[in-house]
Amino acid sequence: MSLRIVVCVKYVPDATGDRHFAEDLTVDRDDVDGLLSELDEYAVEQALQIADEADDAEITVLTVGPEDAKDALRKALSMGADKAVHVEDDDLHGTDALGTSLVLAKALEHVGYDLVISGMASTDGGMGVVPAMLAERLGVPQVTLLSEVAVADGKVTGRRDGDAASEQLEASLPAVVSVTDQSGEARYPSFKGIMAAKKKPVESLDLSDLGLEADEVGLDGAWSKVDEATERPARTAGTIVKDEGEGGKQLAEFLAGQKFI
Amino acid sequence: MAEVLVYVDHVDGAVRKPTLELLTLARRIGEPVAVHLGAGADAAAPVLAEYGAVKVLTADAPEFADYLVVPKVDALAAAYKAVSPAAVLVPSSAEGKEIAARLAVRIGSGIITDAVDLEAGDEGPVATQSVFAASYSTKSRVTTGTPVITVKPNSAAPEAAPAAGTVEQVAVTFGELSTGTKVVSRTPRESTGRPELTEAAIVVSGGRGVNGAENFPVIEALADSLGAAVGASRAAVDAGWYPHTNQVGQTGKSVSPQLYIAAGISGAIQHRAGMQTSKTIVAINKDAEAPIFELVDYGVVGDLFEVVPQLTDEVKSRKG
Ligand SMILES: Cc1cc2nc3c(=O)[nH]c(=O)nc-3n(C[C@H](O)[C@H](O)[C@H](O)COP(=O)(O)OP(=O)(O)OC[C@H]3O[C@@H](n4cnc5c(N)ncnc54)[C@H](O)[C@@H]3O)c2cc1C
Ligand SMILES: Nc1ncnc2c1ncn2[C@@H]1O[C@H](COP(=O)(O)O)[C@@H](O)[C@H]1O
Repeated sequence: MSLRIVVCVKYVPDATGDRHFAEDLTVDRDDVDGLLSELDEYAVEQALQIADEADDAEITVLTVGPEDAKDALRKALSMGADKAVHVEDDDLHGTDALGTSLVLAKALEHVGYDLVISGMASTDGGMGVVPAMLAERLGVPQVTLLSEVAVADGKVTGRRDGDAASEQLEASLPAVVSVTDQSGEARYPSFKGIMAAKKKPVESLDLSDLGLEADEVGLDGAWSKVDEATERPARTAGTIVKDEGEGGKQLAEFLAGQKFI
Repeated sequence: MAEVLVYVDHVDGAVRKPTLELLTLARRIGEPVAVHLGAGADAAAPVLAEYGAVKVLTADAPEFADYLVVPKVDALAAAYKAVSPAAVLVPSSAEGKEIAARLAVRIGSGIITDAVDLEAGDEGPVATQSVFAASYSTKSRVTTGTPVITVKPNSAAPEAAPAAGTVEQVAVTFGELSTGTKVVSRTPRESTGRPELTEAAIVVSGGRGVNGAENFPVIEALADSLGAAVGASRAAVDAGWYPHTNQVGQTGKSVSPQLYIAAGISGAIQHRAGMQTSKTIVAINKDAEAPIFELVDYGVVGDLFEVVPQLTDEVKSRKG
């Protein structure tokens, strides 16, 4: 039977752009160009490698996001994924991580999966919580923050490099996996891949397709609230000296003045 | 007064500093009740009491070490049921965030991650977060359920406030999911004898400018003269010059020391994301146009191989 892999990818504002908050204190997605979160490219890459190793596998990329999030799906399809699912609904604006994980869980049940692969964190919110929430909601093993991953004989194995130790993990499928940026560089889409992606199917779903109500998601359905967002005052310009042979000593003088020495 | 659960991060009963910071912050919103899982509760309890824990709830079982994350969630959920706290605080480590995430789903509560400060508010605890690579600061609160909040290291100075610290066992029933992910083997990290990167008061980091693993001792020597931790940029880590556990930035550790010294690091946004909240920032870079200089309190434009050893010598001689 075919191994059904679903990769969760997020469409995020470019981190190198000048990111802002909108008036309702959600992330402003208008001012800055969006793209497929770079950390989710690693998830797509691992899915492609796992599919290569499997006798028969199908990769679906799944996103919850606005209209423009199709760009992220296209990118993943051009890297080599087979099809895409886009959950899109005006009522999703302002959804928090808990709500996103709820929508993703429903969509995963709708699509069907043996293996869910996520990135380690989104590059905008950067909470790194959605994969754990997904595993909790779906009631399947959580095999997260892997720098190495493999699938064989209905099992997923991988290495998790933690603070105190490096751990070798193992779980039965179905499972939720997340991979770090240590898992291996993501491939660039080839010209052929980009052309082929244009013909790959993208299914659109809204909340009612997933049996969800508007008040379970969105800004009003969020269980936490941002009351205030202030731009950090620019750091006051520091002293910059050119090393003319005494740079190390001058720096020591500064550190001593600040009581670090 | 309402109780606040504090999840204890420890190594065999040696309580890590971020937990003491959490106890200190917890006292602003209620009475801290510490949750200590695994071995070493006897050693940990007096320390937890000294920093304000009125109670220490403990559980020990092989499941905590043999399976990933979920057994700890089962235990924290049991403690939650036993106490009915006003909030649950968890250290913002990778594992801590996952534990908090699952607990939030399970108890039907909102969650805030990576708080850098916490204060009491009229409508529950208010968390300060630093977002978009620290270019914004936000204040948020949980509006549904019991606030589950993860707090970054170095968010408060630990203050002793002796309390009873009565040790109580908490009964844990492990659910079906708890044995889902087996930890087949574990290789502990070797200690370098240097301070923990996220907890250190001073961090000295090296980047691509260090130009080779064989040159990293230049960075280490400066760090050792200052009693600092050593960090590295992703470029240095990807080149294999320094271990990934020392990477500072978006996909590495986020640090917030009193003093951050960047040598041979350009200051890309992803690097800034992990160090921009440092109190004092110093950089040594031979390119006067390097973006890192936009952040510094003091910068030296020069060759790190000249400047850093001179600084190290000067620090050593001043310290005597
Ligand atoms: C999704 C994603 C996540 C990322 N996560 C991280 C992260 O967590 N941490 C991180 O650091 N980066 C991260 N990066 C990479 C980041 O974008 C930069 O590529 C990286 O930080 C560059 O490292 P660097 O400053 O050491 O190297 P460079 O940008 O190459 O800078 C080297 C600097 O050294 C200076 N130099 C060279 N020789 C000398 C000398 N002899 N003396 C003094 N100065 C010298 C040069 O002038 C230059 O400014 C991430 C990127 C992406 C896309
Ligand atoms: N809106 C979304 N659509 C699809 N996947 C998502 C979405 N948000 C988060 N994810 C996945 O969850 C991971 C962690 O996200 P986060 O918890 O927001 O840091 C990401 O790397 C994605 O794989």
